[in-house]
Amino acid sequence: MSAVTVQAGGRSPLLSNWGFLLGAFIVGACAIIAVFVQWIMPHDPFAIDLNRRLIPPSWMEGGTPLNFLGTDQLGRDYFSRLLYGTRISMLIGVLTVITSGLIGITVGVLGGFYGGKIDDAVMFAITTRLSIPAVLVALAVAALRGTSLTLVILVLGLLLWDRFAVVARSTTMQIRNLDYVAAAWCSGVSPWWVLTREVLPNIATHLAVVATLEMALAILLEAALSFLGLGVPAPLPSWGLMISEAKEYMFFTPWMIIVPGAALFVLVMGVNLLGDALRDLMGTDLSR
Amino acid sequence: MIRFFLRRFVVAVLVALTVLTLAFLLTRLSGDLAISIAGPNASQDDIDTIRRVYGLNRPLWVQFFDWLGRAVQGDFGESYFFRDRVAKLIGERIPITMSLGLTGLAIALVIGLPLGILAAVREGSWVDRAVSLVALIGQAMPSFWLGLILMIVFGLKLGWLPISGTGSWEHYVMPGVVLAFSAIPSLTRLTRSGMIEVLASDYIRTARAKGLTRFSILVKHGFRNAAIPVVSITAVQLGFMLGGSVVIETVFALHGVGYLAWESISKNDFPVVQAVVLVLALLYIGLTLLADLLNAVLDPRLRT
Repeated sequence: MSAVTVQAGGRSPLLSNWGFLLGAFIVGACAIIAVFVQWIMPHDPFAIDLNRRLIPPSWMEGGTPLNFLGTDQLGRDYFSRLLYGTRISMLIGVLTVITSGLIGITVGVLGGFYGGKIDDAVMFAITTRLSIPAVLVALAVAALRGTSLTLVILVLGLLLWDRFAVVARSTTMQIRNLDYVAAAWCSGVSPWWVLTREVLPNIATHLAVVATLEMALAILLEAALSFLGLGVPAPLPSWGLMISEAKEYMFFTPWMIIVPGAALFVLVMGVNLLGDALRDLMGTDLSR
Repeated sequence: MIRFFLRRFVVAVLVALTVLTLAFLLTRLSGDLAISIAGPNASQDDIDTIRRVYGLNRPLWVQFFDWLGRAVQGDFGESYFFRDRVAKLIGERIPITMSLGLTGLAIALVIGLPLGILAAVREGSWVDRAVSLVALIGQAMPSFWLGLILMIVFGLKLGWLPISGTGSWEHYVMPGVVLAFSAIPSLTRLTRSGMIEVLASDYIRTARAKGLTRFSILVKHGFRNAAIPVVSITAVQLGFMLGGSVVIETVFALHGVGYLAWESISKNDFPVVQAVVLVLALLYIGLTLLADLLNAVLDPRLRT
């Protein structure tokens, strides 16, 4: 224990982890873009100009400095659309995690805390949820109810709670039998108090790791749904939708496919790097 | 052992029945089915006709038990669009989806397992870090995007592989690789952590002390024990792959169950959608049941 503390020398172990730094930089940058996109983007991402269609990025032949990443099939500035897409992906990621987290943590903590019949029901719910093909159900619901941003968030939130529940359940089970929980019970407090003051704070780091995993998954799933035409509706520039619209021209203007996909890849990678760093940090915590 | 089998089996049947109900409710709770089928330009008469012909004017619970009674006999009704038995449509396309899933799984195992073992043997070295980078990349890769990029590179620029369709085994190479990409990270990570744990155990030290060859220690003594959790995750991954085939089959125009589902969803062909959701769920339930049983056979400690 002392060796680790001395080695760290006052520096947080997180800051010496390059994966965490890179992940934090990517996610931080995307968050800033998502919030301030109106002031950052050079053009209106919805402004159509049919005289200036499919212009390649500025460094390629035929490109213009006016449109850094060129224009799409309707003459809209691709860079502005890409930046606006960051907002959509971040919004989907964060709101889906909040929705699915609320459901999953409630279900999982209840099962782990009370055990017995309640836990059987929770396990059954988790097993059932896992056997439902998520992409297919999300597509079907979107087709029936019409696509919208809210619907995508709701559907993904209602589908992606399983991992929250699994982790919340197993960590709660471990904590429920520890001495400090017993001590809390002995002091005569209510179950609600024990849950919120003793259990939840102690499983929070585990849940944070799950949150990063689910956020990455939600962003990828939204892109896949939008790619199939049943996610975020046009003309909103979701990265998945941008790839879908570029598919028609993929053999002539491959950059239109590469750019939004690369953005998607980098953001998801950043979120995963954050999660990995958090998990590593917990690993050292546990070994101490 | 028998009790273990029975318990798992009963739970699996209950889950299947729940999914059956959910698959039915999925298409009913999302609004008026008859209006969806009729389309935006339909008159009230059209909608009424559809309601009568498809039996949608009956009470919901009558429709449900009617559907349930037929579904458990393998009769999923008739497709509105294809004018054919749903069971036949799915039966024709299952082999394509299964070939795709098994190809993807095979590629994932061939790449993921050796990488995991390698990373465990050289834990903490640059090899280990390179392997975790591969896992990280696999995790962040949008599958449909990877598919399109492969099509541009290997289909168009290099001309090595066909871009879409199902004519020959070559048609399964690119979709298989894309599908494998999603399973490699978890397979690699699980193999690595399992191997690290096993390699630190006493019986590996004994095997070393006996002077066995490195290969024999790693594979016979090490991997056989590390493989137990890998077996169950493999079955589960195959289930996820079959579920994820919707996206990949659409990208590569492979006419499997996933493509059928996407076609039916965009054409409001709900008997097919219901049935595909159910079939994929049943496959997943079957695979997890199989994984549990395999685990019990491989590791007697789990037979509780």
